[in-house]
Amino acid sequence: MGDAFDKEFPLTDIVSISDFSRSSIEFVLQQADLMEKTPREKKLGLLKGKVVASLFFEPSTRTRLSFETAAHNLGASVVGFADAATSSTKKGETLSDTIRMVSGYADLIVLRHFIEGAAKRAAEISHCNVINAGDGSNQHPTQTLLDLYTIQKEFGKIDGLSICFLGDLKYGRTVHGLAYALAMFKKIKLYLVAPEVLKMPKAIVEEVGDRIEIVQGEKLEEFLPELDVLYSTRIQKERFLDLLEYERVKSVYVLDKKLLESTKESFRIMHPLPRIDEIHPELDATNAALYFKQAANGIPVREALLDILSRRGKA
Amino acid sequence: MSSIGVKGVYVTPVQNGTALDHLNPGTSLKVLEVLKIKNARIGVAMNVESKKMGLKDIVFIEGVELSPEETEKIAFIGKGGTLNLIKNSVVVKKQELNYPQIASGIFKCLNPCCITNKELLETKFHIVSTSPLKAKCHYCEARMDENEITASIK
Ligand SMILES: [Zn+2]
Repeated sequence: MGDAFDKEFPLTDIVSISDFSRSSIEFVLQQADLMEKTPREKKLGLLKGKVVASLFFEPSTRTRLSFETAAHNLGASVVGFADAATSSTKKGETLSDTIRMVSGYADLIVLRHFIEGAAKRAAEISHCNVINAGDGSNQHPTQTLLDLYTIQKEFGKIDGLSICFLGDLKYGRTVHGLAYALAMFKKIKLYLVAPEVLKMPKAIVEEVGDRIEIVQGEKLEEFLPELDVLYSTRIQKERFLDLLEYERVKSVYVLDKKLLESTKESFRIMHPLPRIDEIHPELDATNAALYFKQAANGIPVREALLDILSRRGKA
Repeated sequence: MSSIGVKGVYVTPVQNGTALDHLNPGTSLKVLEVLKIKNARIGVAMNVESKKMGLKDIVFIEGVELSPEETEKIAFIGKGGTLNLIKNSVVVKKQELNYPQIASGIFKCLNPCCITNKELLETKFHIVSTSPLKAKCHYCEARMDENEITASIK
């Protein structure tokens, strides 16, 4: 591809949101928007004759279906596996060898792996472009990009918004990636609301806090009137030694209609899904519920990424 | 012998080899441990007086010239120290020990789920800050501080 393309989008692989600049993020969002406006028949030609390898060493039905649908929408054929039990890893093959083999016949690899850094390594050895669909608790850049796309689409901008992360901010990689990404934008006010045991890691708060304003707390109510976006996350039972503590914490962060009494008209709720009971179904039909649209936005964003990389090539 | 060392402290002089001077007091044994040098005449002076730093350690290694990799490695223990290359009892090269921008194969990643701890693969870290020392794993993006780094030097 030409130099102009290189400048707009210098990446050959989608490994980590920290490889992105604000302009390369904006390029992806713009292309995703374009995808939504492109007629179905035209899209079908974009990856015609190309093979997308969908390698899921760890099951993740939602992410896999979203990627595979995107690949099909662009006319690609999809090969691969849905979990490691059916792959050659079970026979002891290393990730590096699997990638060497697959990159010999695929045009693009979508990789989900429980080992952290797997995607980075795959991108180093692969002859074709690699997209990270999640590597352990490290990165899930396409989730971050679809979150940003959702915000951009709903508010027409990302700069200047007040966004609150709620729930498990310690282990939730979704909020870690989004925090780093938001730090590339201007005048963001980021509220972090979590129980003491699930607070955002100090290293992230320090890095992100250098660039945007961060307010930490345990109570959501005090911030509600100021918020544009409330990003809720699942609190996982496994994280708690004390189950009583889990029940207490969980019930504190359940969102229901009462919440909307003190929020702005334009207030929206996001969630990476699946939810357990963090968001009461009574909110689903309200204007505030953005989470289903958010999940659907995974398709145009992943279509855009597949298209960009396939046009860009590896070199 | 040249200007390395301290008066009144007995250390074996180096005729041809390496002298590591101005090491932080108490770090000399760790330096030798990570260099894994065998069959060389080694002299160590610990906690000797230094005008510049109060107390310091010095290591003399006869017949050994450190490779660039070894020099990078000991910088993580002896940052700010001086590497002297000695030939025929004369210091022919002086170099301050500094962190490289990228540390390859020097220390292990603290994240047990990192690919460098799962497959045969050289570790690689980006030094994101030198004071305080902070490194970020090229693969899993785990952050490590100075204590974690010195504890995991291979
Ligand atoms: Zn690592």
